[in-house]
Amino acid sequence: MRPILMKGHERPLTFLKYNRDGDLLFSCAKDHTPTVWYADNGDRLGTYRGHNGAVWSCDVSRHSTRLITGSADQTAKLWDVKTGKELFTFRFDAPARSVDLAIGDHLAVITTDSFMGNMPTAQVKRIAEDLQEQTEESALVISGITGRINRAVWGPGNRTIITAGEDATIRIWDSETGKLLKESDKEVGHQKAISSLSKSLDWSHFLTGSLDKSAKLWDARTLTLIKTYVTERPVNAVDISPTLDHVVIGGGQDAMNVTMTDRRAGKFEAKFFHKILEEEIGGVKGHFGPINALAFNPDGRSFSSGGEDGYVRLHHFDPEYFNIKMLQLRDLPSTPERT
Amino acid sequence: MGFSNIIVVDNLPVVPPEKYEKLENVVRKIYSQIGVIKEGGLWMPTHPETKKTYGYCFIEYNTPQEAELAREKTNGYKLDKSHIFAVNMFDDFEKYMKVPDEWAPAEIKPYTPGENLLKWLTDDKARDQFVIRAGTFTEVYWNDARRAMPELVYQKQYWTDSYIQWSPLGTHLATVHRQGAQVWGGDDKFVRLMRFAHPQVKLIDFSPGEKYLITYSSQEPSNPRDTHRVVLNIFDVRTGKVMRDFKGSADDFTTGGNMGVSGVSWPIFRWGGGRDDKYFARLGKNVISVYETDTFSLIDKKSLKVENVVDFSWSPTDPIISLFVPELGGGNQPARVSLVQIPGKEEIRQKNLFSVSDCKMYWQNNGEYLAVQVDRYTKTKKSIYTGFELFRIKERDIPIEVFELENKNDKIIAFAWEPKGHRFAVIHGDGPKPDISFYTMKAVNNNVSRVSKLTTLKGKQANALFWSPAGRFIVLAGLKGFNGQLEFFNVDDLETMATGEHFMATDIMWDPTGRFLATAVTSVHEMENGFQIWSFNGKLIYKISKDHFYQFQWRPRPPSLLTPEKEEDISKNLKRYSKKYEQEDLDVSNQVGELERKRRTQLQEEWQGWVAKWKQLHEEERAYRMELRGGEESDKEEEAEYKEIEAEELVDVTEEIVAFDLDQE
Repeated sequence: MRPILMKGHERPLTFLKYNRDGDLLFSCAKDHTPTVWYADNGDRLGTYRGHNGAVWSCDVSRHSTRLITGSADQTAKLWDVKTGKELFTFRFDAPARSVDLAIGDHLAVITTDSFMGNMPTAQVKRIAEDLQEQTEESALVISGITGRINRAVWGPGNRTIITAGEDATIRIWDSETGKLLKESDKEVGHQKAISSLSKSLDWSHFLTGSLDKSAKLWDARTLTLIKTYVTERPVNAVDISPTLDHVVIGGGQDAMNVTMTDRRAGKFEAKFFHKILEEEIGGVKGHFGPINALAFNPDGRSFSSGGEDGYVRLHHFDPEYFNIKMLQLRDLPSTPERT
Repeated sequence: MGFSNIIVVDNLPVVPPEKYEKLENVVRKIYSQIGVIKEGGLWMPTHPETKKTYGYCFIEYNTPQEAELAREKTNGYKLDKSHIFAVNMFDDFEKYMKVPDEWAPAEIKPYTPGENLLKWLTDDKARDQFVIRAGTFTEVYWNDARRAMPELVYQKQYWTDSYIQWSPLGTHLATVHRQGAQVWGGDDKFVRLMRFAHPQVKLIDFSPGEKYLITYSSQEPSNPRDTHRVVLNIFDVRTGKVMRDFKGSADDFTTGGNMGVSGVSWPIFRWGGGRDDKYFARLGKNVISVYETDTFSLIDKKSLKVENVVDFSWSPTDPIISLFVPELGGGNQPARVSLVQIPGKEEIRQKNLFSVSDCKMYWQNNGEYLAVQVDRYTKTKKSIYTGFELFRIKERDIPIEVFELENKNDKIIAFAWEPKGHRFAVIHGDGPKPDISFYTMKAVNNNVSRVSKLTTLKGKQANALFWSPAGRFIVLAGLKGFNGQLEFFNVDDLETMATGEHFMATDIMWDPTGRFLATAVTSVHEMENGFQIWSFNGKLIYKISKDHFYQFQWRPRPPSLLTPEKEEDISKNLKRYSKKYEQEDLDVSNQVGELERKRRTQLQEEWQGWVAKWKQLHEEERAYRMELRGGEESDKEEEAEYKEIEAEELVDVTEEIVAFDLDQE
């Protein structure tokens, strides 16, 4: 596959998000400036200036009109995608981290870290169509989690909010009342902090990545563990292919603890696993540091990765990639030739 | 027993009353030095009529320990030519008196067959075993290359307190614990065969024929200014009996050469003479102490005196020692390398060397050749150049050939003889990518064997050489700074078969047959611990991750029972023999394919079940989602089915918004 290198960020990447149509790619990094690129050729379209801290995540509305970002500068901001104009700022008492828009784009769930005695929270804000009516008011605040919440997303039908973070536990909350509905089983669940979470297209299942060097696939309604994928390195980013039964997993040392002095030159890889068989089917090397962000294009024909090295790498799959699917049903390749 | 602190001293002179007091004082003086004789504890009885002594006396100490010590120290003491003390514990007399006059034959116990220690060699798939230690578990596996996976034989948690080691012929697995060492073996269950008590043991070493096990411990001294106390025990492996022990201060056991962490270079005793386990030797100050296992004492009761010797090395197959004495007196006495025949201790070959700065000895594994690498100072003493003295051990008069690389200033990074072969490889060079040269000892020139170069590979990312144990093939490896580069090289054809990489590999080990290579990343590194198995020609067969990975060791094999003629016959007719196995391989791969396919089908079906359930739920919630979107239809997965109908539905639905107090004024 021909990778396209996109160097626009000065600091490590934190998050990547494609728009629904798959023609735009939004990237967030520690350098305060979310950027939007053409998803096909990697050309940079523009940047969104206004944050004063690392930007941890973003989400884009269904029609690619609005972008929401969460930042360590204790704000989440709404932007006009096309013009780059800052539309609204939600202010918090602590760094904001994860953002996710609900079906319909009228609600967003934003998480805040613990800070100066405040505990981490997941807050629901209403997003108004008409800016004049936009308020900072929270429709719901979920608290009671002690570990940092790394991801909070909406469940199927906006009925639930799913959180995952430092304490390695996934929780499902009622989105109206804020009541805790379910918690992941500690025995089968992750053993170390969950760094990332990615939903399937139809919100029926989601994939979590953890520093315990594994990724796990869960049923979004029942929180049953369905699959586990084991790697050799702590996982920082995951995504589910929208079209094939693949998942991609990326990582490296915990982004904060890169102590390895003899870094491989370009050897950090995004690993592809067969979603159902839990087997590794291949990897894509190229980053010079741990991978922090991964995203499949909604058309399933390309994916992008963002690294600690500040690069975004865009890969269009070769035809062979799509043929891997068929091998599952045919015979295994013959055993290694005898010497 | 009330008499355990009394000893009987016999073979005293028989003296008349006049000399009684004098004799008594002499005896008292001797025995007071060892312990405190009890008040009135020395009794030398005399004949009631002649008044002469009988020639023995009783000595009573306060404690049994003193009595024991006195016995140990004075038994055999020579008072004069005709009076050598015979000392016994008083209690022993009773013991020996109780021996019955009639001899009763020993009871014959019914025969209980022992463990079949060689079971693993009878694997019908001819697989090799290896043991790994990761985390708290020790596990033994078959290397099943056909199925590209390891098959577990046996595993145990906390099997060892520190490390594990196979015996040299693969019969036993030894584990090391606080109280001593143990060996295990048998078929799949690895029962405990023997225990060897040695508190605080740190290191162990087997003799090449597995008859003996040497254990070593080093104790912290109570006074920090003293040196460590070292204890070495030599056990008979089968019976567990201690054949000999060595005790001393750490200074006694460290000399010249490499100093390990605890100050000693292990193994301290080096076994010689091949698998007969006949001799073992160690380096001392100006001596090499060679012991024989017939008596477990020094040959001829004395060490081999070699002034200033710094290193020695046994031939792997014959009882010959090569030793090196460095230069003395600023060049007045040249350095020399000698070959000494054991047990006779005759010097069978010797060569003086001049301007030597350092010397390394490399034996070929069949004992046919010895290479002595000699580093020399140039005249100005500013740089070093290297040459080799090549000894042809099996030829008459052991000819020595002097050999230098084309560029003799090249630094030698690695040197290795081909096992069972006539070739050697050298990595040399000063730059970041050194050269690798191959030579043969068997080029013939005017009826004389000479060393001759086969080829030089230039600019390689390699710093270590790993010959296959069967010779012919070699892996040129780049460890440490080169991060795990591997080149599989065919030395017969002088071509590269394949290259590969195991990033950050710390250890590279061939299996005992030379069919497979294991590469491992051990816990020296924090991440990516685990091992990989390759075929001899460089094909990666499988890899296994194991966190906290400490050890990987192939199980060694005993030498083949086939005669060389039979081996050659099999080689020649390989096609005929291998047909049978080709069919077997095919059967296995079909079988494996079938199992795999079943498994995969099952997983797919299970998944379809999930998907169907989700789809149903998704459908049920469709209407709800439309509302949320202010009436928009199409969910993400139905992109392909955009229809114009959507536009019409939009209008309808706007009136029905109910959910979430959205858009409320």
